[in-house]
Amino acid sequence: MLFSDLLQETYFALSANKSRSVLTTLGIVIGIGSVIAMISIGQGAASDIVANIESLGSNLLVVMPGSRQGAGQMVRGGIGSATTLTLGDSKAIAEQIEYTEEVAPTVSSRKQVKTTKGTNTNTSIYGVTESYARIKSIGVEIGSNINDIQVTKTSKVAVLGPVTRDDLFGEGIDPVGQKIRIENLEFTVIGITAAKGGTGFSSSDDLIYIPISTAQRYLTGSDSVSNINIQVKEEKLMAVAQEQITNLLLARHKIADPLSADFSIMNQADTISAMTSVTNTMTLLLGAIAGISLLVGGIGIMNMMLTTVTERTREIGLRKSLGAKAKDISSQFLGESIALTFIGGTIGIIFGWLASFLITKFGGTTTSVTGFSIMLAFGVSAAIGIIFGYYPARRAAKLNPIDALRYE
Amino acid sequence: MIKCENISKTYQTGETSLTVLKDVCFEIKKGEFVAIIGPSGSGKSTLMHILGALDKPSSGKYFLNNQDVSELSDDELAEIRSQKIGFVFQSFNLLSRATVLRNVIMPLLYGSKVNKGERIERAENSLNAVGLEKERWHHLSNQLSGGQMQRVAIARALVNEPDLILADEPTGNLDSKTGDIVLETFKKLNQEKGHTIILITHERYVADHANKIIEIKDGRIISDKNSNHDGLKIK
Repeated sequence: MLFSDLLQETYFALSANKSRSVLTTLGIVIGIGSVIAMISIGQGAASDIVANIESLGSNLLVVMPGSRQGAGQMVRGGIGSATTLTLGDSKAIAEQIEYTEEVAPTVSSRKQVKTTKGTNTNTSIYGVTESYARIKSIGVEIGSNINDIQVTKTSKVAVLGPVTRDDLFGEGIDPVGQKIRIENLEFTVIGITAAKGGTGFSSSDDLIYIPISTAQRYLTGSDSVSNINIQVKEEKLMAVAQEQITNLLLARHKIADPLSADFSIMNQADTISAMTSVTNTMTLLLGAIAGISLLVGGIGIMNMMLTTVTERTREIGLRKSLGAKAKDISSQFLGESIALTFIGGTIGIIFGWLASFLITKFGGTTTSVTGFSIMLAFGVSAAIGIIFGYYPARRAAKLNPIDALRYE
Repeated sequence: MIKCENISKTYQTGETSLTVLKDVCFEIKKGEFVAIIGPSGSGKSTLMHILGALDKPSSGKYFLNNQDVSELSDDELAEIRSQKIGFVFQSFNLLSRATVLRNVIMPLLYGSKVNKGERIERAENSLNAVGLEKERWHHLSNQLSGGQMQRVAIARALVNEPDLILADEPTGNLDSKTGDIVLETFKKLNQEKGHTIILITHERYVADHANKIIEIKDGRIISDKNSNHDGLKIK
């Protein structure tokens, strides 16, 4: 039997019972569509998280006071609550660790902020140096960032995040030159940072930057810093740099046992890999749920093909008596099931793509349809056509022509 | 052309065995129009299945064109059916949603060496041979009358230019008038084109159209002779 004849026979057979073919195909459309959409949500979340973490700066190590303790050990202060890191540690890192590109210590606290007009908000105040903006790649929308001269002079200047500006002055207003009050101290607004997005605790849009020296003198009143951000020159030097910084700080803090260190170092790469494994699990879970609907679609195909074989028993008998071999019959029925899944798979990919596009547009969740998920969907739908079509096709091929012709 | 040597067929169902054909021997020459007649249950359908390469005898030999068909595999039998045999059934067995032409072309899809361009021509030739009006050719087969359907079925049996046409009660579902037209068609194909035709029937009247009648009863041939009615019944 020629391939073109097979295609034609398949077309006639499927169009002979249009509504049944359409409904069966719909099962595959939904299955493949949901696999594509679900995986796109999972992969979108993964790329979102990686992008988010990388937007915090690249090749970043963050030294935090306090320690990560295993269970059963003495209770210590939580990360960030200890005051063991100082500006001196930061300077020592900058001077003695050769792989560091930039070092930016910060001091943070949460304060009530007021304007002269009486509007107020409660937000995070970050005491920073000039290098902080470079490490975290913070741009300005209006005005300028904190620079080292202001740090040296302990100037009372402030750079607002766009959300904080909206809260205090209203959206789109240029507040440069205006005054705000933090802890009854008057600060002059010198700039607004460019929006970075992100929500919740990780938002870099709802905060106020002031010089680190000002923050230490007027807000915290101590020499300690909240954390030290270190940008390493190259990604492959991260581990080495982390090791060197640990040794340096252990020596400076006179701690012999690394397990009782009074600081901890967060490696950005570790965070990304931890988050990635979470999103991978999520993708797998979503994919598995969608996979179940695909399986149900496949069973629908098998059900339809079995019904078709029974209904067309006489036709099979006739074709056999006219000279069709077992292979001709099985390829005809297999052809029909593959055609159904192929059509369903193609439409499903389009639907899944459309769904993920709409999710991005209206749901605000990033989605990403990758070549991999399309190949996967195609492969799976072809496999379903073969697997679920094989049994009915074999049953048809094995029919005895004499019995089949007599079938009522 | 056809030679049956001691053909027997036994069906085994559990403990009991049923012998439907016993030592059947006969010969049919090329160009003959033969009727096999017998009451129902006489084994004539089983004989037709064997002659049509749909089934194999339990013992004995069946030669078609000097080829021993009794020992072939299923696929080889399918090949024989597609090249050498054309079937006409009592219930027509046309694909109801397909056009007349598509029905007639169908045997050419399987194991045939006829190329695509030639198919339509072949189908048209065989439709002309059975005398079906040209305006019916593109109708769906379920829009035809019984007599027309059976002629389409005969055209389908002719299309692969078989050595042998096997008709199983071809008039069984037709009234006597359209039945006559169908029988006339067979006769014409036999006389004018030299086709070898085997007609299986239980009606003496139908069998009388053939030039040779083989009578079968209880699985045995009870008579095998040239029809003395030839030419008398048909005017």
